[in-house]
Amino acid sequence: MGIGLPFLNSKPLTLTFKIPINGFSRFFEELKNGRVMATKCRGCGKLYFPPVAECGECFSSGMDWVELDGEGEVEAFTHVVVRPESFKRNPPYTLVVARLKEGVKVFAKLSNVDLAEVRVGMKVKLKTKIVGDEAIYEFTPV
Amino acid sequence: MRKVAVIGVGCSKFGVRRDVNVARLSFEAVKKAFEDANINGKNVEFLAVGSAGAGGLYEEVLPAVVVAEYCGMTGAGLTRCEAACASGSAAFFTAYMAVANGLVDLAVAVGVEKMTELETPVVMEMLGRAGYYLWEFHGFGPTFPAYYALYASAHMEKFGTREEDLALVAVKNHKYGSLNPLAHFQNRVSVDEVLASPVIAWPLKLYDCCPISDGAAAVVLASEDKLRELKVEDPVWVRGVGFSSGTANLSRRGDYVGLKASVLASRMAYRVARVEPRDVDVACVHDCFTIAEIMAYEDLGFCKKGEGGKLIREGETEIGGRIAVNVDGGLKAKGHPIGATGCAMIYELVKQLRGEAEKRERQVPLKNYVGLAHNIGGVGHYCYVTVLGR
Repeated sequence: MGIGLPFLNSKPLTLTFKIPINGFSRFFEELKNGRVMATKCRGCGKLYFPPVAECGECFSSGMDWVELDGEGEVEAFTHVVVRPESFKRNPPYTLVVARLKEGVKVFAKLSNVDLAEVRVGMKVKLKTKIVGDEAIYEFTPV
Repeated sequence: MRKVAVIGVGCSKFGVRRDVNVARLSFEAVKKAFEDANINGKNVEFLAVGSAGAGGLYEEVLPAVVVAEYCGMTGAGLTRCEAACASGSAAFFTAYMAVANGLVDLAVAVGVEKMTELETPVVMEMLGRAGYYLWEFHGFGPTFPAYYALYASAHMEKFGTREEDLALVAVKNHKYGSLNPLAHFQNRVSVDEVLASPVIAWPLKLYDCCPISDGAAAVVLASEDKLRELKVEDPVWVRGVGFSSGTANLSRRGDYVGLKASVLASRMAYRVARVEPRDVDVACVHDCFTIAEIMAYEDLGFCKKGEGGKLIREGETEIGGRIAVNVDGGLKAKGHPIGATGCAMIYELVKQLRGEAEKRERQVPLKNYVGLAHNIGGVGHYCYVTVLGR
């Protein structure tokens, strides 16, 4: 309704948030070294991925860094065809949630895979990769 | 806690509303609600405005003050509620609590969203960022259809739910949308058309997804003292509200075949309202995507877990079936202006429970005079379940 009716353009505004990663910056440093890390609470033993600096269960601030082996099994997946603005130059991609041997689940892209092969229960492994100036993690088929 | 009644409801036309800004869109709903309740803005003691996209999806950062001023409610107690796509229910709950606790005798909830002022990929981005931006969107670019598609893939694998079952939800809701003059989509669709529509995020296709809509809805709530003063007889009562939430990171969820927040919120609502799922005559459930309606059937106890596909196949959620669901077209066909949806569900239930549904073909026959609204924010990040009755 109302296409072609008068309108006013707002002032354009580009927002770039400087997101603090203090407290878990080691996660991003280790990605550059090829390792995907989780944190384990010294107070109650809970393993966290994504990593946290404080435990929301027992409120301890003592965390140990643990390297994840990265092998897991797909619990849910989708092939994203219609992409959001900041991913619109990427080709369509596959996203999965996989449960790792260690018990935590990881949400990430699944790369190097034939779409017809992707299914719930599929074995996958986490890998790290450098894209531009950022280190990222993604799954590949085992 | 005092008894609280709904004495007035109003809803704007849903759709691409480039003819109005957020203030005028809200006015369209508020005017109808005030006429319905026979009040004006000066009577309103408290206003809660549900809107998720303020400053992000549309230009106004403080929509509550803009709406209050434009609709003659300046001076009332005021807040904006954000609970993503359940913001309208959060506003309804806030207004309800103000009356139930005895702080005020007359409160209003307005749900409103303007979603068509930005280009579609930008809107997809703003919605995709809702969840945990840092850990999910930043690296991987999920969209809202993608989040629900994850659930669809797991539900299909575990329970054998088929793409055709998902399509049947769209077919049903478009059928009722075509009978609702306020609905964004007025067209019917067939299973074949749904299955042949372009993939958005597999297994969800275009017709599995609700549209990007503009819209507003308003609800007037009153105490028993106010009912006597206004000489209102036989109103629709708020029988109970239930609420819950889910983790920000989808990777911290237990499974992907249902929304735990829906299970917990609905159990609470049933307990407070002293009703059971089988008592519900008419339900508005959160069908932002077809899979969401199937999961809602199960999570709300309309059928056993895993049997949502069977329930839609057997036509049990049509008018005349076991329980009429989304007979206003649902989010799928009526449209989903995210902050408006919760209040629009209350609008529909009140009209149904009064026997005033337009058009008459979609009036649900009432047995127990009980209606249920199930409103999800995010992907089970927030959930409100509201039970109304007469």
